[in-house]
Amino acid sequence: MIKKNIFILLFLVIVNSVSYAASQKSELAEKYKAMNSINNKASLQRGAKYFVNYCSGCHSLKYMRMSTLAEDLNIEEVVFSQNLLFSNKKIGETMTIPMSESDAILWFNAIPPDLSLTARSKGPDYIYSKLNTYYEDDSSPTGFNNIALPNTSMPNILAGLQGGQKLELDDKNNPVGFIKISKGTHNDLEYKQLTNDITNFLVYVSEPAKLRRYSMGFWVLMFIFIFTIIAYYTKKEFWKDVH
Amino acid sequence: MSEISGKIDDKSSPSGVIGWVDERLPILSFVRNHLTHYYTPKNFNFWYFFGSLAFLILFLQIFTGIFLAMHYKPDAKLAFDSVEFIMRDVNLGWLIRYMHSTGASAFFVVVYLHMFRALMYGSFKKPRELIWLFGVFIYLALMAEAFMGYLLPWGQTSYWGAQVIINLFTTIPFIGQELGIWIRGDFAISDPTLTRFFALHIVAVPMVILLLVILHLAALHTVGSNNPDGVEIKKHKDENGVPLDGIPFHPYYTVKDFVGIGVFLFLFALTVFFIPEMGGYFLEHANFIPANPLVTPDHIAPVWYFTPFYSILRAIPDPAYGALAMAMSIVVLFFMPWIDSNPIKSIRYRSMLFRINLFVFVIGFLILGYLGVKAPTPLYSALALRFSEMYFIFFALLYFYSSARGNLYSYIFTGAIVFLIAIYDVARITSDNYISVLIGLASVCIFIMFMTLTPLFSNLNKEKQVPDRITG
Repeated sequence: MIKKNIFILLFLVIVNSVSYAASQKSELAEKYKAMNSINNKASLQRGAKYFVNYCSGCHSLKYMRMSTLAEDLNIEEVVFSQNLLFSNKKIGETMTIPMSESDAILWFNAIPPDLSLTARSKGPDYIYSKLNTYYEDDSSPTGFNNIALPNTSMPNILAGLQGGQKLELDDKNNPVGFIKISKGTHNDLEYKQLTNDITNFLVYVSEPAKLRRYSMGFWVLMFIFIFTIIAYYTKKEFWKDVH
Repeated sequence: MSEISGKIDDKSSPSGVIGWVDERLPILSFVRNHLTHYYTPKNFNFWYFFGSLAFLILFLQIFTGIFLAMHYKPDAKLAFDSVEFIMRDVNLGWLIRYMHSTGASAFFVVVYLHMFRALMYGSFKKPRELIWLFGVFIYLALMAEAFMGYLLPWGQTSYWGAQVIINLFTTIPFIGQELGIWIRGDFAISDPTLTRFFALHIVAVPMVILLLVILHLAALHTVGSNNPDGVEIKKHKDENGVPLDGIPFHPYYTVKDFVGIGVFLFLFALTVFFIPEMGGYFLEHANFIPANPLVTPDHIAPVWYFTPFYSILRAIPDPAYGALAMAMSIVVLFFMPWIDSNPIKSIRYRSMLFRINLFVFVIGFLILGYLGVKAPTPLYSALALRFSEMYFIFFALLYFYSSARGNLYSYIFTGAIVFLIAIYDVARITSDNYISVLIGLASVCIFIMFMTLTPLFSNLNKEKQVPDRITG
């Protein structure tokens, strides 16, 4: 009987699960919309550079094969090996990281997620707003908190680029914006450009086929269109004698 | 069948390779019986494309499925990775995968339209009951096939969607728990569940579907197709036994079907190449996160083609009764030929009330589908309950319209349905929800009374004279 009740309870929890998390999503985080364009190769190349330099210490892209990346982003293999390849990996491998999970738990109290598919599971806007909505918060162990992912255990890696910012609250204590408190190496526009490039790069990584399917799709549609027209006039010809 | 096969003797067997084979295997008589001398009504409209389109998609799914199975690994540790391997490292693997995932949704689009066509033109009625029954079995098998296929990518939606559906079986009294374990092969969904679903998805269920399709078509070719006028073309034949309103399936409908196939493939390719996720309805966002038994996603919605039935399930708070209602909503389809025994087949000659009934049913089904993807709020739950009631009322009204009803019968029939609905509302009414309960109850009752009592005072239930022969 208890077992049955547990199952019914489980069933109800599943059936009635409501997206509370979605409703709690901050309006401030929603303001940050990525302007990604996967056909902008320069942006993808910059994004790859930033990702390798700032993110790939902790975050793997375990499904992204580097030779595919080099080919798709028009980066010559020699250039790629010299600039984007670290820790004696080979270009035919995928972008895994050397950090072990036990070390990650020890250092961050969490395992940094693989980012291969984040742009598909959470969407580009999430990545972009996460990188833009860090603010200084003394109560957090890293000294920073985040609006898109509250209480994130990820330190604010790009703080030196963006500069420090504090949360601006309205009279009801709701976050409405940010107040700049120190300058970074990048101004606001440059920083947005940079985070947009990273977002764009991760959108590409989440589905490399996207670079191919649009152009291929165009020709397939053209073919089917012509086929359908021929089929239509063939049908008309055959049906002339049906009354 | 006999009058068609009787004509074969006129033709002398050809010589050469075809003749040699034909003496040993009846290929030529098969082509004659089922293509060149198989007579079909000449007035098929756009609704008659969906049968051949379903056939096309079936083979598309088998073809792409074979290539996916070459690279997919049915192992809880490897499945998710192998799907991404197909998407990235297999030549054109992404195309094959998107064709298969889009094909699943396209299959249901086409099958739903095909079933709607049957409802509109009465294609399930005598003498086509068996065609309909095999069709509903195909639909059931297709649901099983789609459900098991959706577990294979082993993402979060795969895992938790399967959890919801398998838990339906555990609500069955006495044997439910054991049945759940038997289906999963474990106490929770895990590797054995994945491997058995893989085996069923790529071998067992496709074979069942193919067999049922053969039976569906064999039954169809025995009695011949219905048509938008719902008249039997075999009643009027010329001196050679050829139906006057019939034309050979080949070449007339083969060339016509190519036009339908062209239009379909255009829309299909548009989806595959440009919007394969369909905004999260064909491929759900959460399914790009590997299955994790310890993390329940914020919101679980089944794939869109199950959502009308999922709404019916959720409409009743008690899971066992909800599951029963959902099961009934599919079982009732099997009884269609006997529920609606009105001799007039086509919507063209049936009453205004019949048309309203069908229209309301379709709208209600779509609304149930919409509610099924949304998280339940009090308003949505109330709507889901009412439209679930409307789903079943459709069939009750079909039965009501199957012959002329007198005053007393109409009043008793109306009273019985209103009583059944009201008694459930009385059982659940509280001081918190009485407004929504009363509004909902009143709306449904007004609809029923309009549908069953207006024939007593008006011409709304008047049917038209069915023509002797095809009109168009």
